Amino acid sequence: MEMEQATPTVPAAIDKPVRKAVRAKTLNQGYWKRYGVFYLMMAPALIVLIVNNYIPMAGALIAFKQMTYASPSFIQNFMDSPWVGWGNFKYLFASSDAWVITRNTMAYNAAFIVLNTIIGVGIAIALNVMRNRTLSKLHQTVLFLPYFMSWIILSYLVYAFLNPDIGILNKFVLPWFGAEPIDWYSDSKWWPVILPLVNTWKGIGYYAVIFLAAIVGIDNEYYEAAHMDGATKWRQIWTITIPLIRPVIITMTLLQIGRIFYADFGLFFQVTRNAGALYDKTLVIDTYVYQGFLVSGDIGMSSAAGLYQAVIGFILVLGANLVVRRISKEDALF
Amino acid sequence: MATSAIRKRKFNANEISAGTNAVINTVFWIYSALCVIPLLIVVAVSLSDERTVTVEGYNIWPKKFSLGAYDFLLNDWKPIVHSYGVSIFVTVVGTLVALSIMTLYAYPISRRDFKHRGIFSFIVFFTILFNSGLVPFYLTYKQGLHLQNTMLVLMLPMFVQGFFVILIRTFFSGSIPPALIESAKIDGAGELRTFVRIVLPLSLPVLASVGLLCTLNYWNDWFLSLLFINQEGPMSIQFRMYKTLLDIAYLSSNSQAYSAIMQANPNFQMPSETARMAMAVVGIGPIIFIYPFFQRYFIQGLTVGAVKG
Repeated sequence: MEMEQATPTVPAAIDKPVRKAVRAKTLNQGYWKRYGVFYLMMAPALIVLIVNNYIPMAGALIAFKQMTYASPSFIQNFMDSPWVGWGNFKYLFASSDAWVITRNTMAYNAAFIVLNTIIGVGIAIALNVMRNRTLSKLHQTVLFLPYFMSWIILSYLVYAFLNPDIGILNKFVLPWFGAEPIDWYSDSKWWPVILPLVNTWKGIGYYAVIFLAAIVGIDNEYYEAAHMDGATKWRQIWTITIPLIRPVIITMTLLQIGRIFYADFGLFFQVTRNAGALYDKTLVIDTYVYQGFLVSGDIGMSSAAGLYQAVIGFILVLGANLVVRRISKEDALF
Repeated sequence: MATSAIRKRKFNANEISAGTNAVINTVFWIYSALCVIPLLIVVAVSLSDERTVTVEGYNIWPKKFSLGAYDFLLNDWKPIVHSYGVSIFVTVVGTLVALSIMTLYAYPISRRDFKHRGIFSFIVFFTILFNSGLVPFYLTYKQGLHLQNTMLVLMLPMFVQGFFVILIRTFFSGSIPPALIESAKIDGAGELRTFVRIVLPLSLPVLASVGLLCTLNYWNDWFLSLLFINQEGPMSIQFRMYKTLLDIAYLSSNSQAYSAIMQANPNFQMPSETARMAMAVVGIGPIIFIYPFFQRYFIQGLTVGAVKG
């Protein structure tokens, strides 16, 4: 597909009114001639965006409706359903669920952010100062491996430890300490410990790799100068490495804060095996919406919870980005 | 990079002490072991004798070696092979389409002389900032497009991911000199020819990274299956693993046959625990196998997006 190339050139020598007229004419003809091919290039992705993102966004209005299912067509149902204003939201926030899922989502994500940042930076620095380069590469490879596994695989691995009858913990570890076996999938007490452990185990390679990339980018002359001045390696880490990768640390943290209202569905659904007995400690907004909508069929309440999440999430992303812009403009998302 | 490494060697005094180094090494050996042990347990259980496992529990080493679980899977290979086919198809086709249309979209919005690039950039950006939530998304696909139980529904939602589009756009605007595009134009090449002949060959690194991230997303996805696929639909390998962990019957189309055998012979034990883990091994296999080869590109892709300069 070849498009004829035409660049409308307007001689600057023409006086103003004439130039305006000429430009308007050439622009209208020239714009499509020139940029039409761009629109062709963008068309497929635009169609996907409309279907996949923008139509559902309009559909988010069902949070304000009491959906009925008289017709097989969604549009028809949407039109026929009565508006109920804030009814669904009132219903949601009147229950204790809203508080529990908000608390769980934010508390777990806050814990994940702290763990990812501190352990990630620690691992990255340690990998960087390790004397043996080959070993450093080897460990980097191994601890990045879990990042590649799906949550399904993770649920298998966790199940191997927590299987109440024959899992590693109940069969070997707890007896070894002389403790009673625990029914992990019906006793929610331990999950605030288990979930951060599992999440860190799976994701820490990603953060370590990103922080390591930032550390590797630091010019060696800083360290040499510090060494001349008699700074120990520890001093160098505190006074050179950490200050120089601070923008990256802050950006990564803020990106996560922007997503603090979105839980990782896979972690909370697969690893807990969606066990109802654990819900007080493991139910988050995402799993609540799924459960309420596709299991209980409570469309009003779940769409209200979904919109509540989207709106608060939107505000948080904007806020986090605003802070990033203040700190380092080029790291900002927009 | 290379020079700094050499300099580091010279600057021995600039390294950590041998004692600290030993401590760090020990910690890393322990952590690396913790990364590998869970996998070893799964493999060991899959290679164990079912009865020993149900009595003595899981172990990091097969106490009584047996290939019973794999034998059981082999007897009933059709659903597993079919699932592999679904996963491979969705991954390959999905990645190719996604990469193509995202690249095609990213190029115009990277061009400074394109007057409306701001609007089209925003259209993508906004999808990162705000999403509609699960309910309208689900209803759009199920009641709007009636795509449940198709391969398309496993691919389409991940065709265009805002973050990837931005990543490719950033590469285009940062690494392709505008003068190059200008000169191609002066030589009389049209936009498309310029894009295919000049821009794409220069962008292979970012395309490789995004392509690999897409591949990983498609291969590891089970959420779309959970939403839109039931017994009649195409079952990917991840989804089959999920179903197997919930209910061993999903492992095999012959579970009735096995219960008949069990009634005839009470001593026979269907290898459920071990077969489950064998299923997990079959599912993990490709990732572990591919991982060492592509790790470098993955890391490149991740760091391109997060660290600038």
